[in-house]
Order: sequence, then C-alpha cells, then structure tokens
Amino acid sequence: MLTYLFRRLLLSVAQLLGLAIVVFLILQAVPGDPVRIMLGERVPAELVETVRERLGLNEPMLTQLWMYLTRFATGDLGDSVTFGQSIQTLVASRIEPSAYLITYGLILAIIFGGVLGVFAAIRSGTVADFTIRILATALLAMPAFWVGLVLALVFGIAWGLFPVSGYQPGLVGAFRTLTLPAIAIALSLVAVVLRTLRSSMKRVLDSEYVEAARARGYSEGRVLARHALRNAVTPTISIVAVVVGFLIGGTAVIEQVFSIPGLGSLLVQAVERRDYPVVQAIALLAGAVVIAAGLVADLLQAALDPRVRNTISNG
Amino acid sequence: MVDVKFRSRVVANWSTQTRVGACIVGAVIAAALIGPILSPWDPNAPDVLASLEHPSFAHWMGTDSAGRDVLTRTLVGTQISLLAGVLITIATVTIGTIVGSLVAYAGGWVDAFLSRVVDTAIAIPFIVVVLATVAILGVGTVSVGLGMVLVGWAVYARLARAEVLSLREHEFIMATKSLGYSPARILFRHVIPNVIRPSLTFATMDVVAAMVLLAAMSYLGFGTQPPVADLGSIIAGGQPFLLTAWWISTLPAVVLIALGVGVGMIDDGFSTGRKGKR
Repeated sequence: MLTYLFRRLLLSVAQLLGLAIVVFLILQAVPGDPVRIMLGERVPAELVETVRERLGLNEPMLTQLWMYLTRFATGDLGDSVTFGQSIQTLVASRIEPSAYLITYGLILAIIFGGVLGVFAAIRSGTVADFTIRILATALLAMPAFWVGLVLALVFGIAWGLFPVSGYQPGLVGAFRTLTLPAIAIALSLVAVVLRTLRSSMKRVLDSEYVEAARARGYSEGRVLARHALRNAVTPTISIVAVVVGFLIGGTAVIEQVFSIPGLGSLLVQAVERRDYPVVQAIALLAGAVVIAAGLVADLLQAALDPRVRNTISNG
Repeated sequence: MVDVKFRSRVVANWSTQTRVGACIVGAVIAAALIGPILSPWDPNAPDVLASLEHPSFAHWMGTDSAGRDVLTRTLVGTQISLLAGVLITIATVTIGTIVGSLVAYAGGWVDAFLSRVVDTAIAIPFIVVVLATVAILGVGTVSVGLGMVLVGWAVYARLARAEVLSLREHEFIMATKSLGYSPARILFRHVIPNVIRPSLTFATMDVVAAMVLLAAMSYLGFGTQPPVADLGSIIAGGQPFLLTAWWISTLPAVVLIALGVGVGMIDDGFSTGRKGKR
C-alpha cells in the first residue's frame, strides 16, 4: 500500500507540473501582443509597458516559466488586468457558490445515478432496464443549459418554487438558489454514473460468488448490499474524477444561465474581456481540483480493493 | 469496397434497437440535408414584419424574433452542428490513434513522457480548455473546434495505447516483423486498422457530445457567430421568448436529443448484440 501511495502521489505531482506548464503556455500561445489585446488599441504605450513588465513578458521564455512556477508554488496567483483586483481576492469572493454547486451536483449525480444504475442491473433485460437506458442516452444529449432554461421555466416561473437567478449565501439560501442549477448540471452525469454502475453491477451479479452467497440462503437484500454492490462500486469510483471535471466545466455554462456569481461565470467574463491572468488562474485551479479528485478516487479504490494496490501499474 | 451482399448481411445482423436508432439518426440527417433545399425561406434573412409568429402552414415551426423561419434555421443549424461534430471527432480520433499507437510502439521514455502528457490533458476540464482556446484565438466555430481537438485526442490516445500493447504480442504482428516489413508499414497497414475499431464505437457518441458542447459555447456567444446559427445559438436566441414563443428553443433541443437517443440506441444495440453472441 505504501509503495502504491508513493507512486500515486508522484503521478499527481507530475500531473500538477504538466498542468502548470500548459497553463503557462496559454499566454505564450496568443497570436500578437497579449497585452494590447487585453487593454485595447487606444491605451498609452507606457501603460502597456507597465503591464508587460508586471506580467514579466520582457524576460526570456524560460525565465518567465521559472518565475511563473515559483510564484505558483508560493500560492501567488497574480493580479487581474481588467478587474482591477488581485486574483486571490477575486477568486475568494466567487468560490463559495461554485463550491456548493459542484458538491450539490456531485451528490445528486451519485444518488440518482447509483439508484437507477443498481435498479437497471437488477431488472436487467426488462422494460424498466430498457427505459432507464434510453433515458440515460437522452440525458447525455440534452444540453445542460437548455435543461436549466426548462427547469427555470417550470419550477421557477410557472410554479414559483425556486428563484431563477442570483445567489444567496448560507445553507438555506444556497439550497434555494442552487437546487435548479445543480439538477441541470447533474442530469447528464446521472447518465454517466448510471451506465458505469449498471455494467459493473451486471458483471458482478453474474459472478459465482454472488451465486454462492445466494446458495447459502442469504436474503436478496444482503446479497446485493454486502456482496454485489461492494464489488461493483470500485470501478465506478474511478470515474468520479471525470465526473468532477465535467461538473467544474458545467458550472461555467450553468452559472451564466442562472446568473450565479461564481468562478464559472468569472471564467466566462475573463474570456470575454480576454483577461489572460484570470483565465490562467481559474484553469490552474480547476485542473488542480480534478487532479486531487483523481488522487482521492484512486486511493479510495486501493483501500477498498486489494487487487488495485497489489498490481502496481506501469503506465 | 463494400458490395451489396456484404451490406445486406450486416443489416440483417442488426438488432431491432439498432435499426430503430439508425432510422432516427437517418431521418434527422436526411431532413437536415434535404429540408433547407425544399424550404422557401432563407435561414438568415430577417423579416421584421413576421416576427414571433406561431406555428402555421407557412411557417411549420413558427418564426423567431427576427421573423426567420425556425424550422429552416434549425435544419441549417443541424447541418452546421453535425458537420462540426463529425469533423472534430474525426480529428480527435485520428490524432489520438496515431499518437497512442506510436507511443505504445516506441515504448521507453517516449511512452513514459507522452503518457504523462495524456494524463495532464485528461486532468484539465474540457470546457475550461475550450474557453481558454477561445480567449487565445478569439470567438468562432473554428476556435471552439480547435479547443475540443486540443484535449479530445488524449482519450483516444489512451485507448489506442492500451490496444496496441496487447496487439503487439499477437502472432500476425510478429509475423510482419519476421517478414522484414518496415516499422511504418507495420504501424499503418497492420496495427492501426486493428486498433481503430474499439475507438470508433466510442467516437459515435462523441459526435453528439461535441455537438452539445459546441451548442453550449454558442449559447455563451463564443461559438458560431451571427447571422449563421448552430443549434445552440438558436436555443440562446429563443431564451427571452420561452414564455411567449416556446417553439424557438424547443425544436433545436429536440433535434439534439433525437440524435443522442438514436446514436445511443445504435451503440447499445451493437454492444448487447455482441454479448449475446458470446
């Protein structure tokens, strides 16, 4: 387990370094002068020069990369060019709604995907299974923003159950304002969780040890919970990191639909204003969260399943 | 060289589910290709006097806020979305398969290095990369498409790498080596054709995923630029009129969902059919 832990941690560090380099390259990839694009054509040359200096653009590229990495290692995200604030302040003021939204969406996706996936596997081959599978593909093809619009129309405007825009802090406020957006981003992920869990659950249910457990006269509920589900859940855990990645991306669109002042809408605004340092900072944060989620998922999987930690993968 | 006999045998093996799916997808594609030719309306020419008209005999799915025929616009939008989705998927599958096969074939430090690159590419959320690409290159369908290719290839590279690693041990590949074929010939003539098959089943659903993502980007105003519209821009254009003119945003969403369900049924039918044979 220790060797596995060490190797897995090393992989995360390598991913983090790769991520930082990719994010660094964003600014380098801009065709033309990124400062001119950010500030527009009409600003005086001295201001352009000050910003260039502050972003370190006058240094050779490798020096820039080194400066960027050391700055990132100390947790300094730099300053925004168009918002007139340090990125730390900006991110701190926007992180709460996004964090709640992602957590809420993850919980919904796991609960509904889990229940439907297990149900479809138990009733495999029946009309219920078929309906759930068709529903899953339909959910995958529904654009989250359209689902959001429909939810806002039905539950917000027609029935008046939830507010359709904005964000209120605190648990009650977050529940009121984030329920519809969370459903909208969770729906397509319900399909992802459902499909993975259904197929692994089906494989486990056909296995000999489940048959053996049944033969020993255990109740069907005990067989499902203690023998089947426990083994079927491990492959599903590994996709949670992917799910988190989708959720983070999804917030960019859904926060726009419901006018939630979170990191996703900050990213969209930064792209509109071409504020590259902000785009870089959010991309870095988002990637870091996905890398962390992947690490947690893999360690959890190794803790639950001895086979994973014994076979140390070589790639 | 697919002769008629071969094709009919393929269709005969399809399950009912696959056939229904193929019919749905075929119908949508046919409508998107033929519909705009038959339609008397210009998809992009505004007609202010006819704005927000209910569905009628003249405008089957009504008109939008600029008086444009929603059905014609949606069908042309379907063409744009489909073309973009297919091109993006072809690019990601091609690049991913070639990189993945090369990497697995080369082995050693090349493999170790590029596998880490793939890990990194998969770690960054898809939409964030696409948004960053838009920030770099400016708005437009091409920027969004490039952004998707920039990360999309990684998944296929991982698939192809795993596939090649197992394939390398097969006898017929070893035979090509003892026959003295060049590495390039072995790779492109013998390895890749065998590797691409599992990727293709994955890719069909990816076409729909790419269409949905492009729609989301167009909704944000970063994708297809007016007056041309993909399915996402039409949905976005109908957003202010959801209560008064529901038909604008509904039809493009229905098209996307129909395509998704159709493709999903084809996939599902194939995979259950295969399991049944085993």
